Amino acid sequence: MTKWINKGSKPTRTGFGEGVRAAGSKNDKIVGLGADITQSVGMHFFAEAYPERFFSLGIAEQNAVGVAAGLALSGKIPVFSTYGVFAAHRAADQIRISLCYNNLHVIIGGAHAGISVGPDGATHQALEDIASLRALPNMTILSPCDATQAFIAVQKAVEALNNPVYIRFGREAVTDFTVEDQHFEIGKAQSMRNGRDLCIIATGHLVWEAIQAAETLADKGIEAAVINMHTIKPLDEDAIITAAQKYEKIVTAEEHQITGGLGSAVAEVLAENSPARLLRIGMPNRFGESGTAEELLAKYQLDAKGIAHQIGSWINS
Amino acid sequence: MKTFYEQAWQIRKLILESLAEAGSGHTGSSLGLADVFAVLYHQVLHHNPLNPDWEERDRLVLSIGHVAPVLYATLAHAGYFPVEELKTLRKLGSRLQGHPGRDFGLPGIELSAGSLGQGLSVALGMAMADKMDNKHRRTYCILGDGELQEGSVWEAIMAASHHQTDNLCAVVDRNGLQIDGPTEQVMKLESLEDRWKSFGWNVISVDGHDHAALMNAFESAQKMKGKPTVLLAKTIMGKGVKSIENDYHWHGKAPSKEQLEGFLNELNKSRYYD
Repeated sequence: MTKWINKGSKPTRTGFGEGVRAAGSKNDKIVGLGADITQSVGMHFFAEAYPERFFSLGIAEQNAVGVAAGLALSGKIPVFSTYGVFAAHRAADQIRISLCYNNLHVIIGGAHAGISVGPDGATHQALEDIASLRALPNMTILSPCDATQAFIAVQKAVEALNNPVYIRFGREAVTDFTVEDQHFEIGKAQSMRNGRDLCIIATGHLVWEAIQAAETLADKGIEAAVINMHTIKPLDEDAIITAAQKYEKIVTAEEHQITGGLGSAVAEVLAENSPARLLRIGMPNRFGESGTAEELLAKYQLDAKGIAHQIGSWINS
Repeated sequence: MKTFYEQAWQIRKLILESLAEAGSGHTGSSLGLADVFAVLYHQVLHHNPLNPDWEERDRLVLSIGHVAPVLYATLAHAGYFPVEELKTLRKLGSRLQGHPGRDFGLPGIELSAGSLGQGLSVALGMAMADKMDNKHRRTYCILGDGELQEGSVWEAIMAASHHQTDNLCAVVDRNGLQIDGPTEQVMKLESLEDRWKSFGWNVISVDGHDHAALMNAFESAQKMKGKPTVLLAKTIMGKGVKSIENDYHWHGKAPSKEQLEGFLNELNKSRYYD
């Protein structure tokens, strides 16, 4: 069981940015690349601390990914952060060939993940980035649940890996609840809550919402376990199979389309190994829209209340 | 000035033989670039076939991965791997993939590439890293003219002049042809000189089959400070085999084993260049 405590709220992008700076202080091979939205994606922490290792490349994501590949081929560890929609889609071919086919150690920050981006609306809400990147060989996909974990995840991605890594994080301040000395291992899910009747496998911002939803469900006599799937690829299949065997009912929760993301990944594991009833909570095959993060999470039933409601209806159906 | 026409002729012969054995592949531009490759690997590049990963080597990024046959033939001819291995081109289990793949372990391959529009960005990243590390080696990138229709190339062109990577030299294979026909009919590229210049590059137009002119151009690129250089190398697609020269149908076609003898005879006639 991973310890957690509500420490207030902080954006995951800030955790990511501070993590890049921390990694940069320990390793002078780390270089940062900017595509105009430096502060918005958390790269200003690194850029201000190490200006000689930060390069502005303008609004040109395809080139930035290629440049990152060239830097990596020269022994650098580049970190290129932009909005997830641009990384995963605009630069998709560069990520596929220049990064993944060449299997280069580059960290791609995918900012503004999920519907909680809010007022900017559908164009800037990354809801298909996992689907687009998950099929790529050599790729690792991390989706930390809070700022503390984002801080740890980016440093682990630098130290423990040697391949392309996509780290997904959000815009809004969200509850920061994992502890600084947590055991975080890429590819190993974290158990956040024990249960009896079902298991919610959540990722990113929805891990906190899932924990809160489990508390609500507990009041109604439904005990839900919660797993934080902070690594989407490689997926911790053992954790999923174990949960399926123990609880027989699995719910996935993500700020992503239910197609192609965590829900699909879990469905694949269940279908091949240990069939269980499955409810996929996420975006139901539609684009997002403008609104506050709070309003949007409520509308699409992705907040604690919505998740509890969806599970309540499903379990009784 | 020493020239390398004999080496270029050998490279063309190896290209034709390997393509005929493979049964598919890109003949036209591979033959067209043989002079550029002979000059690069015999005169311009600092490299060591016996130590392909030599830390101080100049690096060549082949953005147009489809002309892999000219790279493979040049590398084998220079001693990177046995010439006989060229016969495995495009075959299952070969280190000579249809488009270069680093994973397969062929010495001398700097980048897995072949999706057009990506190589110059990678070469730029290499050049930027060398600037950071105060390394004096250079990075070369071979582009196709049709490839310049990819927008991402212009992102790289803009970024390279912005970062003043004078240790970067691009070579455009300006044969004027692409799969659907002449470049100016498929999508107009001219004036290429003006376009690269306006993006802040040092531009040198050069006959891509004239070794002395090529060497002068590369030398002048090395002397240029503060700007990357592009060589717009005017070439003839299919150069050396008269019957297919300037025929865009030979962009992506390999000679059959039956055609090979005739092609080699034609190549023989062009051996000493008229």
